[in-house]
Amino acid sequence: MTSILKTENLTIQFGGHIAVDHVNFEMPEKHFKSIIGPNGAGKTTFFNLISGELKPTEGKVYFKNEDMSRFSSVERTRKGLGRSFQITNVFPNLTVLENVRLAVQSKEKIRYQMMRHFTSYPSLIQKAEELLELVLLRSKKHAIASQLSHGEKRKLEIAMLLALDTEVLLLDEPTAGMSLEEVPAILDVIKQIKDQGNKSILLIEHKMDMILDLSDSIMVLFNGQLLADGTPGEIMENETVQNAYLGGLYDEHIAKS
Amino acid sequence: MTSKYQWNNIFLSIMVIALFIFPFVTDSRTWTILLTQIFIFSILAMSYDILLGYTGIVSFGHAMFFGMGAYTTAVMLDRIEPTIGVFVLSIATGMLITGIISFIVGLLTLRLKSHFFAMLTLALSGLFLVLAEKWRSVTSGNDGFTFRAPEFFKDRMMFYLVVLVCMVVVYFVLRRFVQSPLGHVLVAVRENEQRTKSLGYNTLHYKVIASVVAGVVASLAGSLYAISLRFVNTSVLTMDITLDALLMTIIGGVGTLIGPIIGAGVIELSQHFLSGLAKDYPIFERWIIFFGILYILVVIFFPSGIVGTIRQAFHKRKKQSVGKEEQSNSEEL
Repeated sequence: MTSILKTENLTIQFGGHIAVDHVNFEMPEKHFKSIIGPNGAGKTTFFNLISGELKPTEGKVYFKNEDMSRFSSVERTRKGLGRSFQITNVFPNLTVLENVRLAVQSKEKIRYQMMRHFTSYPSLIQKAEELLELVLLRSKKHAIASQLSHGEKRKLEIAMLLALDTEVLLLDEPTAGMSLEEVPAILDVIKQIKDQGNKSILLIEHKMDMILDLSDSIMVLFNGQLLADGTPGEIMENETVQNAYLGGLYDEHIAKS
Repeated sequence: MTSKYQWNNIFLSIMVIALFIFPFVTDSRTWTILLTQIFIFSILAMSYDILLGYTGIVSFGHAMFFGMGAYTTAVMLDRIEPTIGVFVLSIATGMLITGIISFIVGLLTLRLKSHFFAMLTLALSGLFLVLAEKWRSVTSGNDGFTFRAPEFFKDRMMFYLVVLVCMVVVYFVLRRFVQSPLGHVLVAVRENEQRTKSLGYNTLHYKVIASVVAGVVASLAGSLYAISLRFVNTSVLTMDITLDALLMTIIGGVGTLIGPIIGAGVIELSQHFLSGLAKDYPIFERWIIFFGILYILVVIFFPSGIVGTIRQAFHKRKKQSVGKEEQSNSEEL
């Protein structure tokens, strides 16, 4: 199977601390892969290296077999690597609709038009409203983003990511900080994206139930190193992973299901 | 039902018509000159609002673009001939020069974080001021020089009308600019630059575009200012001009375009009346102290400025009335 995303010896060092340490990973097209690991394992830093927010000390990122080293984060997004953030990252004083419309506008390459009124592009507004419908936020389209609840902000962020229509979605803890009642809605959205079958998704999460339900494969990071990479079953039975991170989590999951 | 947007346009049309009629119903030279100054500074403040209010860029060097416009017009009218043709050409030349310089300055400095950028613009502005002081063969240094304005502008009323037209045109052009898809990206940059990048926008391009547009418009204001005085010296390049623009924008309301026009009116009128009071009350000779106090009070109590505060109050009232309506509907049910 063709790999859409690959890293080779990807490493980043901050002073004496190696946050990501020679990580080699490969992800096939239209695959759902999750990244797990304890806090400080280097998961978000790994995302930042893939998306181009950080430059690696060593190693390379390949997207569709093209070396991404010379491309900035902006160019990587344009090529098809979209990401969401661990900390909610929206435009706080703009309306919900405006947040998504800006993402649609970028996707449609209407980036430098300066003499036409923005309403003369109704297709952008229509597309943004469709995405808000998908994440169940259409009724709040005129609300200011900063007034949304944490869960709604996460939904908004996913709508913005979907608006970019990138081939790869990097989801950094989409349910972080959400109440238990809010999680299923996000989970449904992610399931819907997966079921559409046209995206490759790389997900960082701590909620094991969610990961086991969604993932085709799981990779485990520990102290910046790749500890294991395999199917959910293989990972759960891996003794090193059990000792380092999971403890009794897998047994709990089996007992629940 | 008339929308908020239509009300805005009706209000603006009435204001513009009133200002057009004004010089025909009064022969007060003082008021004509004062209003002309307000229009000129409105153009400057609107240009600063593109940077500060819409893109979130704090520049301490905006006076250099204003000064370049002023000097270009003054030098060309002085050296070539004081005709309308040369005046128009000097405005175009000033805009072209500032466009090129603001593009280069923006490209070199806007990569920096906001506070470093602000300091660098201050340094560059200082550099242009020193250059103007030393290049005496062209600028006559600190002393400056007088020049003849085109015959057409000898009548203050004609100049008043030309400046008013310029202000109205600049307002509508900039309003279209900020309401365009690109203008919305500028607001996104102000709100969250990192997020704007992650949506695939090269934020440096947008900041440079904002800088060029603001620079070019400031140059137009400078050209008109030079004509209004028929004199130019290095004061057009000083920090005072940038601070005036900053004060007008903040007092009127950042990110509103109409706010800077109101801010320019408030500042220029207060300056005029406070200095007038100085004849009877010597304390008002130090009117700048009152401005300092006004500035501090506005920043503390009305950070959104005049227009921003009115808009907030309007939204609050609207929200309350919607809430009451919903409550009475549910009671009826």
